[in-house]
Amino acid sequence: MGEFMMENRIILAIESSCDETAAAIIRNGSEIVSNVVASQIESHKRFGGVVPEIASRHHVEQITVVIEEALAQANMKPDDLDAVAVTEGPGLVGALLIGINAAKAFAFANNLPIVGVHHIAGHIYANALVQPMEFPLLALVVSGGHTELVYMKEHGSFEVIGETRDDAAGEAYDKVARVLGLPYPGGPRIDKLAHEGEEAVSFPRVWLEEDSYDFSFSGLKSAVINYKHNMDQRGEEICPTAVAKGFQESVVEVLTAKTLRAAREYKVKQVIAAGGVAANKGLRTSLDTVFAEENIPFFVPPLKMCTDNAAMIGAAATPMFEAGIRGNLSMNGRPGMELKSWV
Amino acid sequence: MIWLGIETANAPLSIAVIRDGKVIAEIVQNIKLTHSAGAMPAIEEVLAKAGIKPGELDAIAVSEGPGSYTGVRIGVTLAKTLAWTLKKPLVGISSLKALAANAALYDGFICPVFDARRGNVYTAVYKGCELETIIEDYHDHIDGLLVRLQALEAPILFVGADVDVFWHKIVEVLGDYAQRTPFSNDLPRASETVRLATKVELPSVDAVHHFVPQYKRIAEAEANWLKEQKEKAHE
Repeated sequence: MGEFMMENRIILAIESSCDETAAAIIRNGSEIVSNVVASQIESHKRFGGVVPEIASRHHVEQITVVIEEALAQANMKPDDLDAVAVTEGPGLVGALLIGINAAKAFAFANNLPIVGVHHIAGHIYANALVQPMEFPLLALVVSGGHTELVYMKEHGSFEVIGETRDDAAGEAYDKVARVLGLPYPGGPRIDKLAHEGEEAVSFPRVWLEEDSYDFSFSGLKSAVINYKHNMDQRGEEICPTAVAKGFQESVVEVLTAKTLRAAREYKVKQVIAAGGVAANKGLRTSLDTVFAEENIPFFVPPLKMCTDNAAMIGAAATPMFEAGIRGNLSMNGRPGMELKSWV
Repeated sequence: MIWLGIETANAPLSIAVIRDGKVIAEIVQNIKLTHSAGAMPAIEEVLAKAGIKPGELDAIAVSEGPGSYTGVRIGVTLAKTLAWTLKKPLVGISSLKALAANAALYDGFICPVFDARRGNVYTAVYKGCELETIIEDYHDHIDGLLVRLQALEAPILFVGADVDVFWHKIVEVLGDYAQRTPFSNDLPRASETVRLATKVELPSVDAVHHFVPQYKRIAEAEANWLKEQKEKAHE
């Protein structure tokens, strides 16, 4: 991030948009000084998915503990900080409000500025914690709630050139996992099963209009449900590894092809993947292969930087802070917040 | 001794600064502004009016519920974070008791009521100036509450902005025993939250991390899950 005048800029970041209560300390937008995540996944497992009210209850139990731990691991005091960053949206509103109100109270008590960060900008900037971002850049954001292709011409400039018209990729994974009787969260289990499979059931690829960068996964999900239903009616057992492999091949092929076409059209210098589904081995391997052939640098953050965390929020907040972006004490949660450029 | 009081458990908002048993500044409002947007600026405003810096506070009192889940959490999150980062003790006070305190000059049964939707209430019964607990804070259908109140066979003073929702039914069941506070006593005041907090022993600063809201009701998803587990155990 050579274009910023930064001298030891220290930001405390807080993230609570879904089912992780997280806090981190980031130096100069690129170095993780500490990164603490309290996951609620064990609590939500019994419900087969994230229950918003339960998530909010856990956030309020954990929030000060997590922030204190982030400061303690960094061996820092509030005086050492330049700003507090927090996820402003999108996400579960009741969950967002805990991080936001904790951030506001902390910022007020310690006389620090506050920066509200878009969760997806955070996922994209997780990459800045691994290697410098080179522009123009293309980001494939894939998670339980998002499937987007984002073009960035420079820091703080976001153009969503494609997005899902129905289910997010991660959502389709979780639903198909349920059909296969796999416990929540199903994505990583399908990835694992797909790699164990030798045969693959053939499922359709949904390309939409020829020039579209949008995605659609609900038809694929229905195809898997219908396949299971038909097999059940015929009294035949489905082969879970073959279903997982066929489903994953369809998702990965469409994601890879559209990302490749966009990377060519926009002549980007770097392609990055971000979000929980970017942890998927099948997707990583596929993107790695095509972009190696294409000779475009492709990066995906390590696993713990793909799932929700506060380090990525701190990484995105740093260039915002340098650009003079500030929130205030009336900051509210924005569950449907749009990804907008700040430059 | 300087206290900050925070009350966001239901639609009304109240923030107060108390110094040595005197109210220095207080906001009491019942407007259509979410606590998420309004509570922190109100804290800033009241402290500024009182000429108090955050670091000068000695303790924080918060209305800990029951009430709106989100409302309670906002107040508790602000209070917890302030108390933790300023290293000050945090005292939680029942939001129902704090509201009942508005009627604490009444030498009889006091019944604070919060609308919990679909005919349900968060409620309790306290008695007299010392607010002795007669019925503990709980969640009930209004009909269930009225059965318990009938058994008291005495006048009952209802307090709270939400009483209006149920007033017709209350009078129908309790007749002349049903009494109502003047409207000027219907909104909770953070100064009462602080007053009640000054009567309890200050907890240690380390206890702040473990402070949780008093919802008085498990989450719906959890209730359904528990029910399923019971049914499974029966099979």
